[in-house]
Amino acid sequence: MHASLSGGVAAAILMATATVSASAADKPSDAQIAHIAYVAGDIDVKAAKLALKKSKNESVRAFADNMVRDHTAVNEKALALVKKLNVTPEDNETSKSLVKQAEQKRAELSKLSGAAFDRAYVDNEVTFHGTVNGALETTLIPSASNAELKSLLRTGLKVFLGHKHHAEQLADKLN
Amino acid sequence: MRVIIHGWAVVILLQIAGAGMALAGQLVQVKISNLAFQPAEISVQVGDTVEWANDDFIEHTATANNGGWDVILGVGHVGRVQFDQPGTFDYFCAYHPNMTGSIHVSAN
Repeated sequence: MHASLSGGVAAAILMATATVSASAADKPSDAQIAHIAYVAGDIDVKAAKLALKKSKNESVRAFADNMVRDHTAVNEKALALVKKLNVTPEDNETSKSLVKQAEQKRAELSKLSGAAFDRAYVDNEVTFHGTVNGALETTLIPSASNAELKSLLRTGLKVFLGHKHHAEQLADKLN
Repeated sequence: MRVIIHGWAVVILLQIAGAGMALAGQLVQVKISNLAFQPAEISVQVGDTVEWANDDFIEHTATANNGGWDVILGVGHVGRVQFDQPGTFDYFCAYHPNMTGSIHVSAN
C-alpha cells in the first residue's frame, strides 16, 4: 500500500513536470519553478509534522525535526528571493498534482501507527526525495532562467540529496 | 549557539560571546559552507582551539563520533572546542550525517 502511494507521488511529479514542460514553451517559467520547489518543501514539512505527532521513535523524530528545520529554511530563502525578484509564484499543474497526492499520502499515513508508521514515513521520504531530486536535476534547475533561483535550487538539491541519504540510512535501521 | 557537553574530558568546549577570550594555543578555523566542513581534515596541536563558522543558511552541528562533544551551530554562528589531549577525532553534522570531518591533534 505504501509503495503504491510513493509511486503515485513520483508519477505525479514526473507527469506534471512533463505537462508543464510541454505546455509552457518547453520549460516551466521561473515563477512556476519557484512555486513547485516551495510546494515540495511544504509537503515534506507537513509530513514531518505528522511524524512528530505520531512517532515515538527517537531516530525518526530527529529526522523529522531535520526535515522541518531544513525545508523551512530553504522555503524562507525561496520566499525572500521571489520577493526580491518581484516574481509572483504561480500555481500550476505540477504543484496542484503534488498537493493532491500529498494529501492522499498523509491520509494513508495517518491510519498507521507504531513501527508500521515509522517504516512507511521513512520509506516515503526516500522515494519522495529521490523523485524531487530527480525533477530538480533534470527539469527545474536546467529550466530556471534567473541565476539566483538556479543557485538556490542547486543548494536545495545538495540539501535534499543529504536528506535522501539520511532517510536511506534510517530505513535500513528500521527494516 | 547552544553547546552540549558530554562527560568526557579530552576537550574543553568554549562558548564565545562578543569579544574573543584569550586562548592558550592557536585558533584554527573551519568554515561550513555549501554543506561541507572546509577543510574537512585539519591538524592541530594540544592546546589549540578549533572554531567552526556556519556560513550556510541552514543549521548544522559539529558532533564528535564518540559522543564527546556536540556543538550546535545556528545560521551565521560560530562554536569552538579546545583540544587538550592528542588523538584523532572524527566528527559529523548530526543534522546532515553525510557531512564529516576529522581533527588530528598532536602533542606539543
